[in-house]
Amino acid sequence: MKNFTFAAGLLTASAALADTPVLTVYAPDYFASEWGPGPSIEAAFEASCDCDLQFKTGDVLGRIILEGARTDADAVIGLNTDITKKARETGLFAPHGQDVVKLTLPLDWTDEVFLPFNYSHTAFIYNTESLPNAPQSFDELIAADDRLSLVIQDPRSSISGLALVLWVKSVYGDRAESVWEQLAPKILTVTKGWSESYGLFTDGESDMVLSYTTSPAYHIVAEGDLTKKAAIFPEGHYFMVELAAKIAGTDNPELADAFLAFILTDTFQNLIPTGNWLLPAALPVSDWPEAFQELPLPEKVLFYSEEEAAYLRAETIEEWRRALSK
Amino acid sequence: MAPRAVQIIAGAVLAAFVIAPLAAVWAKAGPAVRFGPAEWAALRFTLLQAALSAALSVVLAIPLARALARSRFWRRDVTIMLLGAPFILPVIVAVLGLIAIFGQNGLLNDGLRALGFEPLSIYGLQGVLLAHVFFNLPLATRMILLGWMSLPSERIRLGQSLGLGAMARFYVIEWPMIRRILPSAFAVIFVICLSSFAVALTLGGGPKATTIELAIYQAFRFEFDFATAALLGLVQLVLSVSAAVVALWLAGHDRLGVGLDRPAPAALRPLSERCIDAGVIFSAMLFLILPLALLFLKGAAGLTDLGAPVWFAALRSLAIALGATLLCLCFALPLATRWGELIATLGIALSPLVLGTGLFLIVRPYVNPFDVALGVTLCVNALMSLPFALRILRPEVQAVEQNFSRLSAALDLGAWGWFRWVMLPRLRRPLGFAAGLTAALSMGDLGVIALFGDAERATLPLKLYQLMGSYRMDQAAAAAVLLLGLSLGLFWLFDRVGRYGAQD
Repeated sequence: MKNFTFAAGLLTASAALADTPVLTVYAPDYFASEWGPGPSIEAAFEASCDCDLQFKTGDVLGRIILEGARTDADAVIGLNTDITKKARETGLFAPHGQDVVKLTLPLDWTDEVFLPFNYSHTAFIYNTESLPNAPQSFDELIAADDRLSLVIQDPRSSISGLALVLWVKSVYGDRAESVWEQLAPKILTVTKGWSESYGLFTDGESDMVLSYTTSPAYHIVAEGDLTKKAAIFPEGHYFMVELAAKIAGTDNPELADAFLAFILTDTFQNLIPTGNWLLPAALPVSDWPEAFQELPLPEKVLFYSEEEAAYLRAETIEEWRRALSK
Repeated sequence: MAPRAVQIIAGAVLAAFVIAPLAAVWAKAGPAVRFGPAEWAALRFTLLQAALSAALSVVLAIPLARALARSRFWRRDVTIMLLGAPFILPVIVAVLGLIAIFGQNGLLNDGLRALGFEPLSIYGLQGVLLAHVFFNLPLATRMILLGWMSLPSERIRLGQSLGLGAMARFYVIEWPMIRRILPSAFAVIFVICLSSFAVALTLGGGPKATTIELAIYQAFRFEFDFATAALLGLVQLVLSVSAAVVALWLAGHDRLGVGLDRPAPAALRPLSERCIDAGVIFSAMLFLILPLALLFLKGAAGLTDLGAPVWFAALRSLAIALGATLLCLCFALPLATRWGELIATLGIALSPLVLGTGLFLIVRPYVNPFDVALGVTLCVNALMSLPFALRILRPEVQAVEQNFSRLSAALDLGAWGWFRWVMLPRLRRPLGFAAGLTAALSMGDLGVIALFGDAERATLPLKLYQLMGSYRMDQAAAAAVLLLGLSLGLFWLFDRVGRYGAQD
């Protein structure tokens, strides 16, 4: 049976070789769906590479770890900084080899393996009509009346939820647990992922929702709705970035390199804002769509290195869990 | 009864389909296993909410099933079908429907505020129980209702001619039937609630409502800690199987005589009882149908805006649902015994994450998992519907065996004659119901396709999540209406075929 499958594999592989080469890129589901940036990126890249770019969706790093060195992937896109340490330790990723001078991130990026392609910041989104006097700082949020209702995501099951506990930790340090105790009565509920939270918020269930500074852009551009705003806090906002990387054992190293280079081109970067509703990682502000240029963005950006974040993770999650379990 | 060899093979295939993935994940695991205070807290909460949810669901289902069995009213069949709808909805959709009624700004609290009362909060253990009863009351009701329908009319007539009062009738005629069904209904709901995660967390209001399934998710998706995931998966499996064993042990036998399969006469009830029955049915309709009606109103207008990919995904889901139904019934018929029911519990006892990851590890050396994603989804859907199908079929199969096997043996009917002339006609109604339930459940299941799907093979529930994940909440609401419509349509169709010719 195994031999047969192997032979069948060889046959199909040689048939594919005669055709155009295939570049397999693992991506999160939202990225490659027809409502994400995936399809237009695929079309744009295929126009220049004479290849077939295929996005395979699912839990990107989980699958790479399960498959190990035998993975079919040539590259991955859509990793987050909270798993880059684990990803790096697998030794399955190769340096990206791109010149990062072109990056326009709000902080320096020196990682040689993981290449940023878009970013945003955690923020609480509110509706200006139902909440005219939204808190203007983190301190104000903590001191707000307990009738103010927040919906957040669970740091144990959601990337944005994890970013929130790191955000609180980076602003308040050792006081983080008591801050969570003060926030607890305002937290209406905690959801598994971002979609559930955002659905509750748009249904009018809560006053504010944990999301991204770029969320209002979707409502402005796609719905002409100007009532959704991100509360910008002078204490700073936690930086969230999505990354791409090349698989070390790829059979298509040139194509994988070409794809990583493509990520930094204007063509790719221009597809990000209204495709993934986040900020392009290598595009000057003047080239952003108008709605994005006008978005209120934080002046201060907070970020833990992957070593610091890994060190703090268990502790911050446990502080959060204790405070909210009382 | 199916030949013994067929039973054993079906049971073995089934057990292997669950045990092998768990073993595969275990084999992949490193040595370090984490089971700290947080995991113990999660275990306690998981058991508490599952036991309470199951108890509430079956206790509330008894009066509802009784009222439905005794009442005759216009569009009774449609009402019974709609009352079953919450069970087959994807959870995220149903939660939004519940919140439209019971949420901070839901209908209930709007009403309370208008009357000058303090609003009630859904978030907490009460919310978890509310949601689990919302999902599982329909299942419990249908299981018990089938039992009521299977009561021989001769027994009810005899009770009437003996002049049994309401209490005596309940104790002598109805209670033995309920005792036969109740433990199994309780066990299956308990097992479903053991693996609850998104619902428990969202309506539980925070980390107090942490379940084992969340810990499994965290171990898999964030920490890549396969050892902990496999251990927690095993804990879930052991709890589920224990519940099923206890249920089998508790389930009594119905030792009263057999009837002639004639329909039961509409019960002659005094006006007071009729009012109570009507009240019970009306309350259940408010609780179970209103949230769905609100979802429908919210999403129906957007149906025309759904693009072709969503409709193609719907077709794909339909095909999977029909395939899963066929496969499920092929396994259900030979396994309709007490042991079969126990083994089938495995289908919902193992965390979908462990099952999916294990299957991925198993198929991976031979084929590209992406290429078989739809086939695997079909098999998993059949597997997870099997416990429900069996709980519907098994009591009927056993009742038929108990009541007719001696006569059939005396007549020397043979295996095929027995199946064709004795079993099948009596199984029509439960078979139709089981098929409808399997098809509808498969339609709404997100399941393993989320673990190894890709854009070209997305199912309708996956499309719904993709829409929500990209801010398109209105289109997601429309996709939910489509999903609800298709699930109910399939359910209605099979249920109808099952009841065709059979009198209510």
